[in-house]
Amino acid sequence: MEVRLVHLSKYFGEVRAVNDLNLEIKSGEFVALLGPSGCGKTTTLLMIAGIYIPTEGEIWFGDRIVNDLLPKDRNIGMVFQSYALYPHMTVFENISFPLKLKKVPMAERRKRAQRVADMMQIGHLMDRKPAQLSGGQQQRVALARALVKEPDILLFDEPLSNLDAKLRLTMRGELKRLQKDLGITSIYVTHDQVEAMTMADRVAVLRDGRLQTFSTPDDLYNRPQTLFVAGFIGSPPMNFIDATLVQENGKVVVKAEGMRIELPDELGKRALARAKSDRVVYGIRPEHVHLDPEGDIEAEIYVVEPLGREDLLDCRLLGGSVMGVLAPAGQPVGPGDKVRLRFEAEHSQLFDPETEHTLLW
Amino acid sequence: MTQQTVTAQVTPHMDVSWRARLRRFTTPAFFTGPAFVLVFLFFFLPVILTILISLTDMSVATISDIKFVGLKNYIRIWRSRTTWKILRNTFIYVGFTLTFFNVGLALVLALITTHIPDRWGTAFRTFWLLPRITPSVIYAIMWTWFTADAPYGIVNQFLQIFGVEPRNWMSAQPWLVVIAANGFVGASFGMIIFTSAIRSIPVDFLRAALVDGASTWQRIRYVILPMIRWPILFVVSYQTLSLLASFEYILLLTDGGPGFYTTEVWSLHAYHRALSNYFGNVQFGYGAALAAILVVIGVIASVIYLRVFRFNEMVAEPKIEVI
Repeated sequence: MEVRLVHLSKYFGEVRAVNDLNLEIKSGEFVALLGPSGCGKTTTLLMIAGIYIPTEGEIWFGDRIVNDLLPKDRNIGMVFQSYALYPHMTVFENISFPLKLKKVPMAERRKRAQRVADMMQIGHLMDRKPAQLSGGQQQRVALARALVKEPDILLFDEPLSNLDAKLRLTMRGELKRLQKDLGITSIYVTHDQVEAMTMADRVAVLRDGRLQTFSTPDDLYNRPQTLFVAGFIGSPPMNFIDATLVQENGKVVVKAEGMRIELPDELGKRALARAKSDRVVYGIRPEHVHLDPEGDIEAEIYVVEPLGREDLLDCRLLGGSVMGVLAPAGQPVGPGDKVRLRFEAEHSQLFDPETEHTLLW
Repeated sequence: MTQQTVTAQVTPHMDVSWRARLRRFTTPAFFTGPAFVLVFLFFFLPVILTILISLTDMSVATISDIKFVGLKNYIRIWRSRTTWKILRNTFIYVGFTLTFFNVGLALVLALITTHIPDRWGTAFRTFWLLPRITPSVIYAIMWTWFTADAPYGIVNQFLQIFGVEPRNWMSAQPWLVVIAANGFVGASFGMIIFTSAIRSIPVDFLRAALVDGASTWQRIRYVILPMIRWPILFVVSYQTLSLLASFEYILLLTDGGPGFYTTEVWSLHAYHRALSNYFGNVQFGYGAALAAILVVIGVIASVIYLRVFRFNEMVAEPKIEVI
């Protein structure tokens, strides 16, 4: 089922929780709504579910506007962060509850619930109450309940947040696999960028109720559209420096105090064409800056944070800006040491400081 | 020398432990003391006095020469023709008020006021609490006017529109009036408890029910009611006990009438016998025996409720709503 949000808005009094949101989700696609808390992602999901009524705009399922459709008539399945398993019902009763409400005969209810439960590997727990299950098992029951009625659309509201780190990793893979196997259009709300990036076909980044960008994880990471997206996606986060864009000897150069980067011709041309003034925000990811004795930027180590596989070095440029650098673990440097840095200029990002939009993509 | 040293060492040690032991006793005593004194003075002592009086022939006539009569009063109650009628009345009064109002109506009100916009819900509940803060006598007088005989009475004037013959409702339908008057006040207690219980259901359950395909009614039936099971049982048990002991509205409305003990319930009967019989025949001993039986019934009921309904679990759940 294809889902389209057209100029969708939701106000709570004066607060605009969702503001003029436009989104087209293809049939069978796995889309993540990503953003910090309070960005409107859950409100959007609840509008799609039919629990909130939009203040403005339209929600389309296929070729039908569903704004006025009750949740029960939308044929959606939803998994909640808290799982929301009814504590007074057994696993079987929980899973078959949507079928019971549809007045499906008991024999068929049993058959279908068992089939979904077996698929989720909880077929042997049918007589238990939710309180007798582990977090991971509860998660599977919640998923089974969402799947049992064979929904057109699956909605996930941070379903993995309550699991421990290891289980979350397992479930992430399983969910993605399941979604691809069943081919059900899925909308997945999360504040965890890793979840969004690893699972989704496309990611919609929201901030203060507005859509920042809607693109593939690859675009999101390598060609961020806005300053917010660039800073929000990636850990450790991208480095930003206020800089000026100048032309020197036919080359486009980004300059800040203690820093000078020659942009590759292609990027330089594009940036120059789009820049409204010479003031820009220069961005580069920590993995694209290297310690290099041949490098032409001087810096001083401020602090070393070992991350295990790598060390994160906070380096202070001559101008005072601090630059995160990811280097292989075990660097023979410590705070106060003078080092030289080399930037991979082809991975540069440039943003307009006023509009915060990219100058490159 | 050696002995003196030992004594000197031991004494302060003993002193400390004695004080510590005392403090371990005094602190809890300090905190529980007032409650203990109150319960003892106003519950245990009256019960014991009631039982003692119930074993005598104390009345206005015998007040100067009270005799111990053993279980004579209890035997009189057992043999009295009115006892069974009054017991039946008590069951009617408690059963109907509890079922239709203190639990039934309370549940309906709580469900309605939590399903409409919050402002209206809170306003409505506050409104419904007004009789609780109205003095009983004024509330009863209002019911008397409300149900007054033709040509007065709001009920008559209202029902006349539909062609209902005007009548004196208090004597025509005494049970209806007694139960409704008690119930409309009584429902507010359950309403508050149920409202806070419904409010404390995590919103995800309610949303999940909608997504699973439940209508409003199905959500109430399959999700909300099972999740407020304990508060419901709490209200059932608590209100049974209060209704058993309450009689002031019946006293003010019908005084057990009309006619012969039509609406006389056990606690009202005890009051009549012990404190309000016609002059010269106030039978303290007999009334005390009636009251003692009520205490026994109450204690048995509470023990059953405590065990069957697991009282501790019930009172832990609701959060108090601030109005």
